[in-house]
Amino acid sequence: MMQGLVIRDLVKEYVPGKPVLRGIKLTIEAQGITAVIGPSGTGKSTLLRCINRLVEPTQGEIRLNGEDLVPLKGHALRMARRRIGMVFQEYNLVERLSVMENVLSGRLGYVSFWRAWLRRYAEEDIARAFELLEAVGLPEQATRRADALSGGQRQRVGIARALMQRPELLLADEPTSSLDPRTAIEIMELMTGLSTSARVPLIVNIHNVDLARRFAQRIIGMAGGEIVFDGPPEHLEASHLRQIYGGEDWL
Amino acid sequence: MTVSGLRLRAFPPNWGARTAFVALAVYAAYAFAQLDITAGRLAVGMGEAGRFLGRMWPPNFTRWELLLEGLLESLQIAVIASALGILLALPLGLMAARNLAPWPLALVTRGFIAFCRSLHYVIVAILFVKAIGFGALAGVAALTIASMGFIAKLFAEAIEEISMKQVEAIRATGAGLGAVLIYGVLPQVASRFVGFSLYQLDSNLRNSTLVGIVGAGGIGGTLFAAFKRFDYDFVAAILLAIIALIFVAEVISSRIRALLR
Repeated sequence: MMQGLVIRDLVKEYVPGKPVLRGIKLTIEAQGITAVIGPSGTGKSTLLRCINRLVEPTQGEIRLNGEDLVPLKGHALRMARRRIGMVFQEYNLVERLSVMENVLSGRLGYVSFWRAWLRRYAEEDIARAFELLEAVGLPEQATRRADALSGGQRQRVGIARALMQRPELLLADEPTSSLDPRTAIEIMELMTGLSTSARVPLIVNIHNVDLARRFAQRIIGMAGGEIVFDGPPEHLEASHLRQIYGGEDWL
Repeated sequence: MTVSGLRLRAFPPNWGARTAFVALAVYAAYAFAQLDITAGRLAVGMGEAGRFLGRMWPPNFTRWELLLEGLLESLQIAVIASALGILLALPLGLMAARNLAPWPLALVTRGFIAFCRSLHYVIVAILFVKAIGFGALAGVAALTIASMGFIAKLFAEAIEEISMKQVEAIRATGAGLGAVLIYGVLPQVASRFVGFSLYQLDSNLRNSTLVGIVGAGGIGGTLFAAFKRFDYDFVAAILLAIIALIFVAEVISSRIRALLR
């Protein structure tokens, strides 16, 4: 069985005949940090969302640790989703729930409906939630409502929620784009640190090329729905960036 | 350019609105003439009203037991109808929300809700009185249908305004439909739903005083009988009691609303 993520000939068309992803081929090892860079609208977000099936792929194959995720439906799809954590650009916390409830919602794929409703989580889940809140630097905030937190704090909760799933893969869709530069770096440090120590591979979409270089071991450059660069940060040259983003005055 | 020329460009006249206002005024004048509403007619009416109000004073509370009985029945009709209506509106509202329900289901549910709301509750009460007989049951049934339609519609609209990002995040954890609703949807609409429910309870208290007039139970029946026997002092007592009830309900529900915020 092949460990890690294997994507073959992935195509996504929101409008028939206008593919956003044009046959993506990509293999990602079962650990390490991969940054996906590219201009807005080039399909980075679509690529990530195809992996956990928030977006339906039009065709292709996405194998996570051997299992093809594309044909999954219903219960099997939910079982696959709970193995994949996701961190969102706008945090996507449930604003009116407490921080603790948001973190524990990472267990919703594992607990029964009644337990979820009555907040009857297992002791070990609650203990882990407190550990994660500690790890992301919010040990005192468990009972506060999510909408009372700052952007950086919310993203910390978002990371804790994703890790609460004990995922086999962590996806992050522009996790720093809504944050100020300093908080962005703190969040990247936290996310890469935690995913490395948990040995979870991390795929992060990111606008900021410097952050990508600084934190990733591998950079995927996308343009026009295709992968145009794939390699370690030190191989990423100005010529590649020209190819990815077009023009050169900005460099 | 002159100053007036500048003003003209800064605030261009809205000829459409002006025409509409003139048309409305003209039609109102025409309708007055049509309905024979004249100063003389108004003066006669005012005189009658004065005599009527005179006979209402002082309010007569000697038959307070009858009054209390009717009032309690109205209260019960209102509470039961609200509770049933709210309970039924929950699934209906969910099924009618176009961002969560598949569109054929949303379409059918919306049709059903529109049907529930299409007839005034007094007409529905008359139908139920004819179908299942005089009494509070008819009132409860009529107001339940009205409440269900009203809350389901507002609830569906509230659900359609939620942030789908929060729902998406819960979905991404592998949560099932029930958990997505409880964690992703309900927290976003719960306080508004409670608001609608309180509002509906409020208006059901008012409405339940009326259904009695068509024989569907409650204080309305007592009120109507008092009118027919020209017991205007008793009518005044009933009206004051209803006003007091509504007033108390208003205070309580606004307290609850303030607590929820």
